[in-house]
Amino acid sequence: MSQPAVEAHGLTKWFRRSGGGPRKDGHRWQAPWRRGRRPDLVALHPLDLRLERGGITGVIGPNGSGKSTLVRILATLVLPDAGHASVFGHDVVSESLRVRRHINRVSVEAAFFKELSAWENLVYAARIYGTDDRGLRRRVEEVLARFGLPADTVDRPVRHLSRGQQQKVAIARSVLTTPALLLMDEPTTGLDPRSKREVQAMVHELRRDSVTTLLCTHDMEEAEALCDRVLLMDHGRVLADGTPAQLGRLEDVFFELSGRGIEDADSEAELEEKAC
Amino acid sequence: MLTVGLRGEAHAFLGFVERQKNLVKRYWLWEVVWLIYSLVSVLSIGYLAAGLGSAGGAAPGRLDLHRAQLYLLIGALLWAYLSIVFMDISFSVMWERWEGTIEYTFMAPIRRLTHLLGVCAFAIAYGLVRTLVVLALSVPLFHLDLSHANAGSALVVMVVSTFPLVGLGIIASVLPLLSPERGEQMTVAVQGILLLASGVYYPISVLPGPVQLMARVSPMTYTLDGIRGALIDGRGLGAVAPDLVALVAMGVLLLPLGLLSFGWAERRAKRLGLLKRSG
Repeated sequence: MSQPAVEAHGLTKWFRRSGGGPRKDGHRWQAPWRRGRRPDLVALHPLDLRLERGGITGVIGPNGSGKSTLVRILATLVLPDAGHASVFGHDVVSESLRVRRHINRVSVEAAFFKELSAWENLVYAARIYGTDDRGLRRRVEEVLARFGLPADTVDRPVRHLSRGQQQKVAIARSVLTTPALLLMDEPTTGLDPRSKREVQAMVHELRRDSVTTLLCTHDMEEAEALCDRVLLMDHGRVLADGTPAQLGRLEDVFFELSGRGIEDADSEAELEEKAC
Repeated sequence: MLTVGLRGEAHAFLGFVERQKNLVKRYWLWEVVWLIYSLVSVLSIGYLAAGLGSAGGAAPGRLDLHRAQLYLLIGALLWAYLSIVFMDISFSVMWERWEGTIEYTFMAPIRRLTHLLGVCAFAIAYGLVRTLVVLALSVPLFHLDLSHANAGSALVVMVVSTFPLVGLGIIASVLPLLSPERGEQMTVAVQGILLLASGVYYPISVLPGPVQLMARVSPMTYTLDGIRGALIDGRGLGAVAPDLVALVAMGVLLLPLGLLSFGWAERRAKRLGLLKRSG
């Protein structure tokens, strides 16, 4: 039996909140070290997950639901506090270098050196991700053409590209490094409707490459349209797990299981973040 | 096709050097500004030395003005070089935070050693080029007598000093990993302390006792002492050997210490979720 793309058991993460806790004696000033410590924020409650190879799995939930924490742990950017996770059989903590050979990530902000051209950024990515740079220019132009980006995009400084174009170049960059697992953390958030549709078409197009894709989004319609399987998350817990057809309309499922709409949950998370 | 192993690491090393070169190219106006700033600093120090005699601060026969000028100019030029290398290395984490690329770089399938060596190699090469430009523009303005200079010894001291300097730079680059909010300021503070304690513009014997202790553990002190000895007094390798021994010992200590502390700070940042935070 082949290794699953992702396997996690009891995966847990909490973050220390900044600042001291409430003052113990009303309004009188107290030194920070005399105040009680604020309780940790549990970003991920013990999570069990198995992701088979191929297809698009959506991780859906409002801000603060634990989606990005899960992606960052799999990307070896955050260390779990308990439990373990593996990518293609390699532990994300003890074999992080091997894990990184199999993955790439597209995040909500396209991570580029903005003053460099798209080409310079892509060459840098090719070099540090170990992609053979022979014929790179031709391959870059092919990938950009495949995703409908004009050829002159490549020589323009990234800051001159629209956010939608930057996100498309980011996806093209991840394809160039031929990852077996692609982690997409809200790639369409903040894009205008047209760019959003185009980026969604690119994600759909990735099926052709047999890449296992983990797509984080809080756009329920996007998840219903693109994903083969959906994990609905809230407050670091998985509320529901199934195919979009099994779960039905995701917005209703979320409301039914969490007791609030996803937009209310987003506003709640924003307020909580400000309070931190 | 993926290149792995040593070839992949060499590939990535070149990638970091090339990236730094491209960034310098794109931010060329800033580079011109820094070049002018370095040049003006060196010229100011040179003219300060030239003016010492006419300002009446030195009794005739008691101060060798030519020697003082050479002493100060060497200090200014070396500080220009050492500070570029130190800042380029120590700001590498901060720079990636500003650009928002830190997570992308840190999840690349390469060893951190390759990443840091790539950044350091460019910093040294760029520091040398920029300092040579300042040297070429400033030295003709002063009538310096370098006929006694031992260029070979000076070059050896310069090369050997690279190792502890890189180690120190890597240790300083840990600060923004430890504190996204205050790391940048702390790095600048470390640079200031090095300027004060390393005898850039004066012998360390004039410093108060505790600062002299700091000077003794700064690799820049030995770099400056060795290069001044070679260029002003024409000291050969034997005569600068104490400085070379100190620099080698510091390199042996500071390079692994830098790499270990970077590894520790990276793990801490990943445990606390500090990689992405930008203050």
